[in-house]
Amino acid sequence: MATPIEQRGYTHPDALVSTDWVEQHLTDPKVRLIESNEDTLLYSSGHIPGAVHVDWTSDLNDQIRRDYITRAGFEALMSKIGATKDTTVVFYGDKNNWWACYAFWVFQLFGHTNAKVMDGGRVKWLKENRATSKDAPAYPKTDYTSSERNDAPIRAFREDVLAHLKKQGQLVDVRSPEEYAGTRMHMPDYPNEGALRGGHIPGAKSVPWAKAINPEDGTFKTAAELKTLYCEDNKLSPAGETIAYCRIGERSSHTWFALKYLLGFTNIRNYDGSWTEWGNLVNVPIEK
Amino acid sequence: MPEKLQQLIEMFQMFDPADRTSLLLSYADQFREVPSSIATRPFPKSHQVPQCESDAYVWARKQPDGTLKLYFAVENPSGISARALATNLDKTLSGLTPKEIATVGCDIVEQIFRQNISMGKGMGLMAMVNAVQALARAAA
Repeated sequence: MATPIEQRGYTHPDALVSTDWVEQHLTDPKVRLIESNEDTLLYSSGHIPGAVHVDWTSDLNDQIRRDYITRAGFEALMSKIGATKDTTVVFYGDKNNWWACYAFWVFQLFGHTNAKVMDGGRVKWLKENRATSKDAPAYPKTDYTSSERNDAPIRAFREDVLAHLKKQGQLVDVRSPEEYAGTRMHMPDYPNEGALRGGHIPGAKSVPWAKAINPEDGTFKTAAELKTLYCEDNKLSPAGETIAYCRIGERSSHTWFALKYLLGFTNIRNYDGSWTEWGNLVNVPIEK
Repeated sequence: MPEKLQQLIEMFQMFDPADRTSLLLSYADQFREVPSSIATRPFPKSHQVPQCESDAYVWARKQPDGTLKLYFAVENPSGISARALATNLDKTLSGLTPKEIATVGCDIVEQIFRQNISMGKGMGLMAMVNAVQALARAAA
């Protein structure tokens, strides 16, 4: 059984809620549960009662450019799911919350800080035999007003990474060891999505994202365990400027969440261009 | 394209996204795993679909009339899309000759799933179709 969240020593334990907490808030009008998965069929096959579906591809991405939705798009999405500025949004999903953390991160670009992630995600909820529903809930539409998207604090672009490299800033490569080494250019059991070069950004520490979780239930490890992993074994400092990356930014959102909220890294950004951009760029440094 | 498969794709194309999702889920619910007379766990790696994170397996058995019968296993409990596709492939291709099955291309995945598909997932499902095609070619 996982240690209760408040006893794990996290810097910002409020960013994480347990499945018990979610069950106690199923009908709380101030809470909106959001399921975000890689497999878009999963939500319709059964979800936490009252949860809405936010699909990373169709709801959070611009449909033309490789970028996220604009302020208007975010306002439309929040209004559609019946959220206000005061709504606590709680994300959960498949893959130990990869996509939930990704959605959480996108919401932070728009400053909706009243947000949490359900520890353990969809798998833990189902393993505990908690209630599910196939009914898509309908909430009264709101008139959500958002601030402009502000990428700078938590999102890194390639120019930022190049500048970061010159400063010898901290980089975390959260892909598999094989991707880091350049012996494969995609996740195990995933297709090659087109990177022309393999390897990693020079100086990046290899800390595969899944090391942050307990594999049996998908919950995050304790702060002490995470400190050992990131700060002691890999010499990453919570005070240092840090950039995390993976393939397209989904796995690194998970690590970004762990470092920022659970270990209190004060300046951490997610490079969502990640290897599908870096591995295709002309004349950028690569290490193998 | 085999007639049954063509009809199935046309049916999917008629549906709006919500109904298409329901239809895919109903096919996933109809999934029947490979019987023990064909294969038992641990399933041989030689039948595993490469690049499919749903841990799918496929078999093709020649029937006395020369047609093929397809069988599938999907080991990942979250592999709903893989189970839906397996059911579709079995319903529309089993009973056809290896030569007919070998003509089926992986573009059917996009035609069936449309918006219900992610980047990684789509490639895994296409790999399932490619695996069926490879078995059919080998049996031809």
